[in-house]
Amino acid sequence: MAIAAKTEAELADAVRGSNGPMRIVGGGTRSIGHVGPAEVLETSGLSGVTLYEPGALTLVAGAGTPLAEVEALLASEGQRLPFEVPDMRGLLGGTGASTLGGVVAANASGPRRVQVGACRDSLIGVRFIDGTGTVIKNGGRVMKNVTGYDLVKLMAGSHGTLGVLTEISFKLLPVPAAAMTLILNGLDDFRAVAAMSAALASPFEVSGAAHWPGSGTFFRIEGFAASVAYRAGQLADLLADFGPMTREDDTANRWANIRDVSLFHGRNGDVWRVSVKPSDAPVIAARSGAEAVAYDWGGGLIWMLMAPGSDLRAGLGPFSGHATRVRSGPADGIAAFQPEAPALSTLTKALRAKFDPRGILNPGLM
Amino acid sequence: MQMPVPDATVLARKALIVDRLLAILPADAVVHDEAETRAYECDALTAYRCPPLAAVLPRSTAEVSAVLKLCHAMGVPVVPRGSGTSLAGGALPTADCVILGVARMNNVLETDYENRFIKVQSGRTNLSVTGAVEADGFFYAPDPSSQLACAIAGNIAMNSGGAHCLKYGVTTNNLLGVTLVLMDGTVVEVGGAHMDAPGLDLLGVICGSEGQLGVVTEATLRILPKPEGARPVLIGFDSNEVAGTCVADIIKAGILPVAIEFMDRPCIRATEDFAHAGYPDCEALLIVEVEGSPAEIDEQLALIKTIATRHNPVELRESKSEEESKKIWLGRKSAFGAMGQINDYMCLDGTIPITALPYVLRRIGEMSKEFGLDVGNVFHAGDGNMHPLILYDANKPGDLELCEAFGAEILKLCVEVGGCLTGEHGVGIEKRDLMSVQFTDADMEAQCRVKDVFDPAWLLNAAKVFPLHITASRRAA
Repeated sequence: MAIAAKTEAELADAVRGSNGPMRIVGGGTRSIGHVGPAEVLETSGLSGVTLYEPGALTLVAGAGTPLAEVEALLASEGQRLPFEVPDMRGLLGGTGASTLGGVVAANASGPRRVQVGACRDSLIGVRFIDGTGTVIKNGGRVMKNVTGYDLVKLMAGSHGTLGVLTEISFKLLPVPAAAMTLILNGLDDFRAVAAMSAALASPFEVSGAAHWPGSGTFFRIEGFAASVAYRAGQLADLLADFGPMTREDDTANRWANIRDVSLFHGRNGDVWRVSVKPSDAPVIAARSGAEAVAYDWGGGLIWMLMAPGSDLRAGLGPFSGHATRVRSGPADGIAAFQPEAPALSTLTKALRAKFDPRGILNPGLM
Repeated sequence: MQMPVPDATVLARKALIVDRLLAILPADAVVHDEAETRAYECDALTAYRCPPLAAVLPRSTAEVSAVLKLCHAMGVPVVPRGSGTSLAGGALPTADCVILGVARMNNVLETDYENRFIKVQSGRTNLSVTGAVEADGFFYAPDPSSQLACAIAGNIAMNSGGAHCLKYGVTTNNLLGVTLVLMDGTVVEVGGAHMDAPGLDLLGVICGSEGQLGVVTEATLRILPKPEGARPVLIGFDSNEVAGTCVADIIKAGILPVAIEFMDRPCIRATEDFAHAGYPDCEALLIVEVEGSPAEIDEQLALIKTIATRHNPVELRESKSEEESKKIWLGRKSAFGAMGQINDYMCLDGTIPITALPYVLRRIGEMSKEFGLDVGNVFHAGDGNMHPLILYDANKPGDLELCEAFGAEILKLCVEVGGCLTGEHGVGIEKRDLMSVQFTDADMEAQCRVKDVFDPAWLLNAAKVFPLHITASRRAA
């Protein structure tokens, strides 16, 4: 039976009163790995925007607030969450409504990561309930804040293992007036990463750089219309050696597809997400044995479609970076999350034990 | 400012501790003569001084590890130090501590333009990181005003900001990885040239932990391509309120300037007398800087001018040249020096929601009368980070204490309107005892748990950040 609290206090009571294990669920659209049998703790009751100040570029909302509701509200003021949240339903098969808490717990960040940072870089405050049922706040609603330790970053991407998020504060950005996609065709993976590196090292403020082998290499430029046109021209000149660039005005669709990895939608197999130094990416991809790959973040992020049950990490051997299996069949002994180096793992385990001494929060994850 | 009583057993073992340090470090890396340790008695918060037991200046991660391991085994407290430019007392020693200075570790280890990062030893100064890459068209974005002197180690410890954070973020947003030495000497690699963490975001909590979790010896930093150009516009208003509204309107219009700086009348007057930047005689002044190609700059500045004109500015001065830009920035950059000419001053660092700006400035003005001390306000308006400068007379008995009491009231006001105690300087000892204004005991307990994990014996910079009563049992254990 699921526990569905309506308030932070109720949720704290539920955690305090539980002997666990508990599986924490927002919209259920981003679950990775296997928690095992557990009581479900739903956060969707903690819904609603509590503060939105367009002039201060800040938003505060309950962790259960649907992402779609927030995005619509921000759009009405010409603003947005900077980090371009991926919609994982097409890839993972979920049907629920993504919540802010889930976005933060997964540190879900899309193509604009290369320009404005990840979810954790826009996250300025959290409230959460630790494994003892204690309410803790950190950060706040201002974008420059170094008061005390930054537990805000620690909570981003912690997949519910340190606490249950109840409230989230984000800094926002204005939606630019114009956007354009530039496409290079026919590049192999090495040339594509070289082109993306050159683009991202230019002053032309590329806000997306992705490569789908066989389909094209994509660059996005956003800003005021005249400025976008100017930078597009400059970028085409800069990358002239890589071939002619074509332009595409419908950037919204293109980048939603890149963001959501639509290349893999409807295809069977395990999906891996690999984070590497961009220039290493083509070598890693070539060695992976993947059935299909898609590059984002200028090569820094590789999505791989693998035969079910294949152990990508064993196949690659040690490499600089990490691999997460975001979609798989039933538990097969392959860890979803990359095992950490021993010294790091010791710190991580000790932190979990401090924040969740009874080990009841999402125990099988990370 | 109360500091814990030095550990008498440590003080009594000074000769032994120094001998052991000399056994693992070259003689020139151990400072123990009382006349020489005095060089490390304070940082840029000069009101507080205390010579350390000794100071060490290692040259490698291995030496740092050896020192920490030794101090850990002997139960000797350690205070890490970058360049000693902290305004919050982050590097203030205790009499029983060893200062661990990283200043000699200042090499560039790797530059990689293809992947846009630089790896440096942490004693390297902020400005010289940019210096290492600017000939190739890159820069390191965080730019604290002490950037000529301050070390990357200190930047990471304090999560330093600067004037250009609105667009580029602060240190934590530009840090990819660190080599961290724990108090027991363990060397941990966190992050690297890739863009996100595999597990918990330890890098995120290490950055800004004020040297309490470990000593950072190497850092991988994100570098960015230099913009084609940048130019400011100066806008004067006859009220703080209107200037504040103008800032909000610029942001709402979808422009993202790299910097929006705000100065109020007392500050304008002082800098004008000092630097002769030709600032207008007005209540509030904004410097708004935008970046891009010449045409892009023109377009953005035109938009900003249109918005500003709606608020009836008393002055609107667009820079047309490098020289004019320098002149506009001259006053702002000499603001602290100018205030220092008039008096001793204390620089605060609270952040407020921008919408609360007019109210906060009004209240500060009222409190200034109540306390009988003048205040000038310089301010990163785009992100709400205030720098009120309270003027006092260090030679007048009681004036420093009065100034500190006034400062505390201003910081409480920042928290009351939804902001925080410190936006970029850090807590250190300066704001340590105000933490309870912003945080519950449970909030602070959660933070202390992180230190319990990294430094279970609470030997690293332990008397900082948290009120002493919160940490007393941990430090005593």
